[in-house]
Amino acid sequence: MSRRGWWPSVVLGLLVVASAFPLYWALLASFTPEARLFQGPSLLPSDLVLEHYRALFTQRNFWIPIRNSLIVAGSTTAFCVAVGALCAYALARLEFRGKSLLLGFILAVGMFPQISVVSPLYMLLRSLHLINTYPGLVLPYLTFAMPLTVWLLVGFFRQLPAELEEAAMVDGASRLRAFWEVIVPLAVPGLATTAILTFVYSWNEFLFALSFTLGPDRQTVPVAIALFRGMYQVPWGQILAAAVIATLPVTLLVLAFQRRIVQGLTAGAVKG
Amino acid sequence: MPGAEPTGSVERKEARLAWGLALPAVSTILLVALFPLAWTFWESLHLHDLRMPWLERPFIGLANYLEAFGDPRFRGSLLHTVFFAATSVTLELVIGLWLALSLNRAFRGRGLVRAAVLVPWAIPTVVSALLWRFMFEGQTGIVNAALMDAGLLREPVVWFIQPNTAWVPVILADVWKTTPFVALLLLAGLQNIDSSLYEAARIDGASAWRQFRHVTLPLLKPAILVALIFRTLDAFRVFDLIYALTGGGPGTSTEPIALYTFNTLLQNLQFGYGSALSVIVFLVTFGLALVYIRFLGAELLGTRR
Repeated sequence: MSRRGWWPSVVLGLLVVASAFPLYWALLASFTPEARLFQGPSLLPSDLVLEHYRALFTQRNFWIPIRNSLIVAGSTTAFCVAVGALCAYALARLEFRGKSLLLGFILAVGMFPQISVVSPLYMLLRSLHLINTYPGLVLPYLTFAMPLTVWLLVGFFRQLPAELEEAAMVDGASRLRAFWEVIVPLAVPGLATTAILTFVYSWNEFLFALSFTLGPDRQTVPVAIALFRGMYQVPWGQILAAAVIATLPVTLLVLAFQRRIVQGLTAGAVKG
Repeated sequence: MPGAEPTGSVERKEARLAWGLALPAVSTILLVALFPLAWTFWESLHLHDLRMPWLERPFIGLANYLEAFGDPRFRGSLLHTVFFAATSVTLELVIGLWLALSLNRAFRGRGLVRAAVLVPWAIPTVVSALLWRFMFEGQTGIVNAALMDAGLLREPVVWFIQPNTAWVPVILADVWKTTPFVALLLLAGLQNIDSSLYEAARIDGASAWRQFRHVTLPLLKPAILVALIFRTLDAFRVFDLIYALTGGGPGTSTEPIALYTFNTLLQNLQFGYGSALSVIVFLVTFGLALVYIRFLGAELLGTRR
């Protein structure tokens, strides 16, 4: 019995250190002068500088990829949550033929490899003159974001007690009014969690953003960072400063909503 | 539900409403996912090279597929993908299970576990790839320094110039990013197991190992299966991680199939051949999912509403 007492704490400590160390190391390096980055690493901070962050915004205009990522991930999220919520409500609360088939189909689409649609999407976007535009990224992003949103929302809607809307409908409200006036307000936490997860997935997306943009003016944050590497020299200080900035918004969002996110992510997977 | 034909007008109205609500999302998915997928299949049967427009786009049947199977770079990339998937998923499941079992009894620090799990999972894969590249970079990176301080290395290893050593940071970065998530899924599964089952087993005199073997493992199977499916499918389409970490190098010795396909399409502009490779990636992942569900998942799908 006494062994059980400390063992989980040791494992927990290991997990936290292992998870945090690469991030700590990047954070530290992003404030270290370039010349000292590869000269005898030291675990503790000493003479920190802001030069990498300054260079990022003055020489590299890093606010452009940030703006692009916010616009693309934000639009994708807004569209998917609005449209996905209707579909998810139907799948979670209404009875109709082909329901489980539809649910399985949506899940299957969410799992198929992105690379398998790159070539047609490229040709489609090219013929619509949408290469290197915001809609030219939002449209491909729907391939993974829409199934994800629907899947998560079905899970959240199912957790709400069915009596609520039944009561509203007995009082004479239509299905749609019951949905809008009873379910949606109650599902706000679930909708917010879904929106955050969709945003995180879209913010982090790389393959489509790399394939369908041509230059810095429409590149998203992950693409911009991955292409920092010069021909002869790797600007590690700036890369890591950019890494810290790219990590910050998703980390804060996820930490602020951690309990609900874990619920949302594991509910679909382990609720039998 | 098949066989449950709605008869009353109320049911029919409800079904009509349901399809009406689902229509926008479903048609979006058809338009941006299923239609392109069908297009990839069609494209893969053509010779289509954007660098040589004068060839136009003749139908060549399965010639692209035949070319793929004779293409050493394709076979290499397939092999790299299988190696990467097998190694990383095995490590992630074993370590994840160990973490979940150890943390299941902990009552303090739940919030800390969640934070430690979610942060690596939530950061962009490209970023985690670059963090690991940085740690392994150069003769004096932190990894070389730590290994030499510990006396495990006599002289620094240049990790990225040899195929064998270049895989090390790739696998570690993937394990670092996704093991916590696997642990989280398994932990949720463990918490669904009724603790009275363990009491009963203990009263029957079952050892810890027998409890694990006969209570935990069978009941955890659905959660393990879900983790296995998600991780294997993810590992098979690995792209961001390797693109940013090794670029497929040295040479093409860490190039996975998704990266080779990407290069064929957008560097070489061979759309017909690249589409055939895309179809192969799709079929392999689809086949894997079917195999898992067929052999391990009957009860999983049966119990899910």
